[in-house]
Formats: sequence, C-alpha cells, structure tokens
Amino acid sequence: MKLAFDIALRFLKSSKGQTILIVLGIAIGVSVQIFIGSLITGLQKSLVDKTVGSAPQITVAPQEDGDFILDPQAEIKTIKAANPEEITNLVAVTQGPAILKTPAESTTIILRGFDWGAAQGIYKIADRVVKGELGINENEVIIGKDLSKNLNVAIGDAIEMITPTGKTGEFLVTGFFDLQVKSLNESWILTNNGTAQTFLETGEGVSQIEMQVNDVFAADEVAMDVEKRLNDETLIVTNWKEENVALLSGLSGQTASSLMIQVFVLISVVLGIASVLAISVVQKSRQIGILKAMGMHNPKASLVFLFQGFLLGILGAFVGIALGIGLSWSFATFVTNPDGSSLVPFYIDWVFIGVSAGIAVIASTLAALIPAIRVSKLDPMEVIKNG
Amino acid sequence: MDNFVVEVKGVSKVYGKTIKTVALHELNLGFKTGSFNAIIGESGSGKSTLLNIIGTLDRPTKGEVIINGVSTRNMSKGRLADLRNETLGFVFQFHYLLPEFTALENVLMPYRVAHGKADKESQKRAREILNLVGLEKVENNLATNMSGGQQQRTAIARALMNKPKIILADEPTGNLDSQTTDSIYQLFRKINQELGTTFVIITHDRRVAEKADRIVEILDGRVSLDIIK
Ligand SMILES: Nc1ncnc2c1ncn2[C@@H]1O[C@H](COP(=O)(O)OP(=O)(O)OP(=O)(O)O)[C@@H](O)[C@H]1O
Ligand SMILES: [Mg+2]
Repeated sequence: MKLAFDIALRFLKSSKGQTILIVLGIAIGVSVQIFIGSLITGLQKSLVDKTVGSAPQITVAPQEDGDFILDPQAEIKTIKAANPEEITNLVAVTQGPAILKTPAESTTIILRGFDWGAAQGIYKIADRVVKGELGINENEVIIGKDLSKNLNVAIGDAIEMITPTGKTGEFLVTGFFDLQVKSLNESWILTNNGTAQTFLETGEGVSQIEMQVNDVFAADEVAMDVEKRLNDETLIVTNWKEENVALLSGLSGQTASSLMIQVFVLISVVLGIASVLAISVVQKSRQIGILKAMGMHNPKASLVFLFQGFLLGILGAFVGIALGIGLSWSFATFVTNPDGSSLVPFYIDWVFIGVSAGIAVIASTLAALIPAIRVSKLDPMEVIKNG
Repeated sequence: MDNFVVEVKGVSKVYGKTIKTVALHELNLGFKTGSFNAIIGESGSGKSTLLNIIGTLDRPTKGEVIINGVSTRNMSKGRLADLRNETLGFVFQFHYLLPEFTALENVLMPYRVAHGKADKESQKRAREILNLVGLEKVENNLATNMSGGQQQRTAIARALMNKPKIILADEPTGNLDSQTTDSIYQLFRKINQELGTTFVIITHDRRVAEKADRIVEILDGRVSLDIIK
C-alpha cells in the first residue's frame, strides 16, 4: 500500500504539467457542478421565499363559505400541538369582501383584520408600511399604495365600505402598505382584528387561521398533521404546495436539468482522467515492467494507478471547491438587479459541495480503473524485450 | 547435480503460432551455487530467451525451470513474483531505473516491494551496497542525473538489495566503455566471492567470458560448447 502510494505520488510529481492539467480539468468540472448547483438552489430558495416567504403556508378555514371559526384561541393551541417544531407564525384572520366607496368611484376590496402583533410573523406588516402607521384603534385601516393611488386617497382621509349584507361603515386611513404584489396592494384593506370582527359581524369568530412552517417543502406533511390533530370535518386545511403545482413542477424541472448538466460534466471529467492515465500507463510501462520483474504483484501495480486517480480527484476537488465558491460568490456579487441586490443570492450548501467533491473523488478513482486493469495485464517481458 | 541453484530441464521455447521460430531446443543446463557463469553465442541464438526463462519472466513452451530445488512450473504469478523478489537479481543491458526516484530509493525498491516501508536497517544496507559499487556520492541523485556507468552500477546495486542467490545479467555492460566494463566485472567477481552469489551473465565479450568459471555457448537454441574451468 505504502509503496504503491509513494510511487503514485512520485509519478504525479514527476509529470507536473500533466498533473496540473488534469487537476485543472477535474477542478473545472467540480466548480461548474458547485456553481450550477448553488445557483439553482439559491434561485429556488429565493423564488420560494418570494412566493411564500411572506404568505401563509398552511391555512385552516371552515368548510362552508361564510362560516367562522368560533374559538380561534383554542384551535390555535390544537394546531400548534400538531407539530410544535415546524409550525410558526400562527395568526387568526377575519376577512370578507366589501365595496369601497369614494365620492368619485367604488371598487371591490377584501377587508382583512388580524392582531397586528401576530401578523408580524407572516406579513412583517410593520416593515411593509411605507407611509403613515398601523391603525390600532377602532375603525382605523391601512390600504395598499396602489389602491391609494387609484382612488386618490390620502392619509387622514375617511373611506366608506359596504358589506355584501348592506352594512356600511366609515374608516380612517392611517397608512399605506406595500406587500410587493400589485394585486394585493390594489385589493386588500388591512385593519385590526376587532374592527374587522365588528364590521363583518363575526362576533368572537375568525375566518381562518394562517401559519408558516420552518421547512416550507414539508408544508404538505405538516398540513396532514394539523388535519389529523384537529379531526374536525367542518374545517379544511390547505397548504401552499397544492396551490402552487405549476411552480413546484417548474422547480423540479430545473432540478432535473441541473442534475443532467452535472452528470454530463462528471462523465467528461471521468473520460478526461481515464484517457490521461491511459497515456501515462504507456509512458510508465518501463517502470511498471521492472517493478513486476522485481516481484511486484499485479494488484499492487494496479493500485499505483488507482492511487493516482484518487490523488488527482482529491486535488481536483479541493481546487474545484475553491473555484466553485469563488464563481458563485462573484456571480452573486457582480450580477445584480438594477437596485444593486443580487440577481441570485449567494448560497453555500456544504452538504451539496461535500457530495459533489466526494463524487468527483470516487469518479476519479473509478476512472483510473481502466488504466489500472491495463497495468495488471502488462507483461514485464514486453518491456524488457523492447527496451 | 544436487547443488544446482538453478536448473533447466528439457526446456524448449517456440515463438509464433503460424510461423514458428524455435528459440530453444530441449535444453538441459544447471548452474552450481556460488558459480560464476558466462553465456555466449551469436546474435539470435537464444541467450536472452534462456535467461528470461531462467528468471521466470518468460515461460518455456516445454520443460521446466527448477530454482532452489523447486519446480516453478505450477507456480502462480504471485508466487513467481515473490520468488523473483527473494532469490533473483536482474541486470539488463538497459538499467531500467525508475527516473522518478533517487539512486538510493531505486536500490531500496526491491526491499520495499517485499516489505512496503524501508526501515533503518534496510536503508543502511542500501547505502553499503551503493558504497560497494562506488556511488556513495550520488546516492541522492535522481536516476536521470547520473552517467550511464553510474546508472548501470545503481541497477547492479538494486539487484543485490534483497541478497539474491542468483544474479542474472543480460549484456550488463553492452552500453558501457571498456574501462567501465572492467570495473563492473571486477565488482561482479567481488560480490561473487564475498557473498557467494551465483552469476549467470550473457556477454558478447570473449575477454570477459574467459574470466568466468564456466562458459556456455548457445548455438541455434542448443548448447554447443560448455567449458568448466
Ligand atoms: N517475441 C518473439 N517472437 C518471435 N520470435 C522471437 C521473439 N523473441 C525472440 N525471438 C526469436 O528467438 C530467437 C532467440 O532470440 P534471443 O533474443 O534469445 O537472442 P539472443 O541470443 O539474445 O540475441 P542477441 O545477442 O542479439 O541479444 C531469435 O531468432 C529471435 O528472432
Ligand atoms: Mg539478447
């Protein structure tokens, strides 16, 4: 073992140019893998984050439209108990459609009321207020910045709303919010829970309970836990995954294509190593021949080349990791949106990098298998006869 | 008959399948322990073929090779390799040193093939052998950074490393000038006398052959002359 390893090391050292070239080849392969892998993962993370990061990921609502959850606090406790580790940011929401009337025009909106403090978790509402402040008193509301523009409403204005049942109410606009989704900015009016409950006449009840989960991709499983725990046929549990099938299939398509790229990169790396080592077998045939004449066994002679593949793989993987991280970082730093933020955030997944490096080392060693077999078949007589 | 360290019995070697070249014809030959033997004969007579068969690098078409009283006919490749490592030392016309290693490391190679690591004692021994062949000054030179004569002497030192019973040399001085040739044969003789190592040397040089204990001449794959002094 030791001798085979030492000889492998010497062979690599003695043909430095060849070694550097092949290490560079592996390194570029590994770095491309890491770069593409992190790019795709970063992209997907930011995409999912943009989609559901500030939105409910699981919602519990009554089966029948227009019904209410009568004891939200008790239900929230039950839900939390279904999976305490995963479930976070629980908030009870009272909501309903209404018609907003200004002197000039009227438009349909959705009035949503929640406890501002509890809503901070999902909606980060305090950070979303771009002008004015949250309405904490009775009959105070905040409206989307697009709606305010459309209807020409200013802070301090009073607006009038009518419920589908014909009830009317007057509300004071205390601020504008920007949820960064135009349709929400145009159609949502947010208020405190008490105001919504009174105006929509839900009593102590709420329309739905919303929550987030720590692992967004486990939302469907957590939703099942919640459903089991609640064990209530009048309630329906939905999660973001079932409502975003197109996005998810897009993501898995992306993952598959990135996997394909990685497989092909790997194949080209393996072919490169195998061919360079095959040439090296010819170059080193004298040495191998005399070692065998001296009594080196065939498997040991093969081991010399397996070690070379292994060493090249290790070296290539290390250089590749450095290159790949550098590449990902440069991409995140220099490829930016007009506002200066990264197009794709810098994201390092050490597990993924470890797996890529591990595969590169294994593949390099396996690539050395073909030359190693040739070595074991080399007859010292051939070398000694032909000088 | 009994103290042959190596013996070939009825050895034939035929090359080729369609056009057959018979390189050796049922040869019978034995070399005594501690003897110093020269094999001569014209080019193409079968000398190298014989030596390679004795060295178990090549297998005879017919017959058997007996080394240390044991037939090698049914030995596996691994057993033959071990046998070569322990009992045989080779010197060829070309030195076949590993250019990636120094003279000392090359000399240690047969030991490391057997034991993996070179311990203190083996390193001491390798240095002693290098001393013996007069190379103590260049022991740390890479094999490529030595003269032809130094390279060949390193190869001889390497052949001696595992204290082989037999040294098989195929025109070991073929590439060297006459002065270096002389010093190398003196060295062989010295090793032969001091260590009792058996030598079988192929040479074209009649002058060299005449200094041997025994001269075997091969002609067309047969022994045509066998002079024991
Ligand atoms: N691989 C081979 N295939 C076919 N014929 C071979 C082969 N090797 C050797 N021969 C033939 O066997 C015969 C003996 O060759 P060998 O190499 O033993 O000669 P030699 O006595 O060592 O000659 P030289 O003094 O030139 O080295 C020659 O006729 C040669 O052509
Ligand atoms: Mg010859």
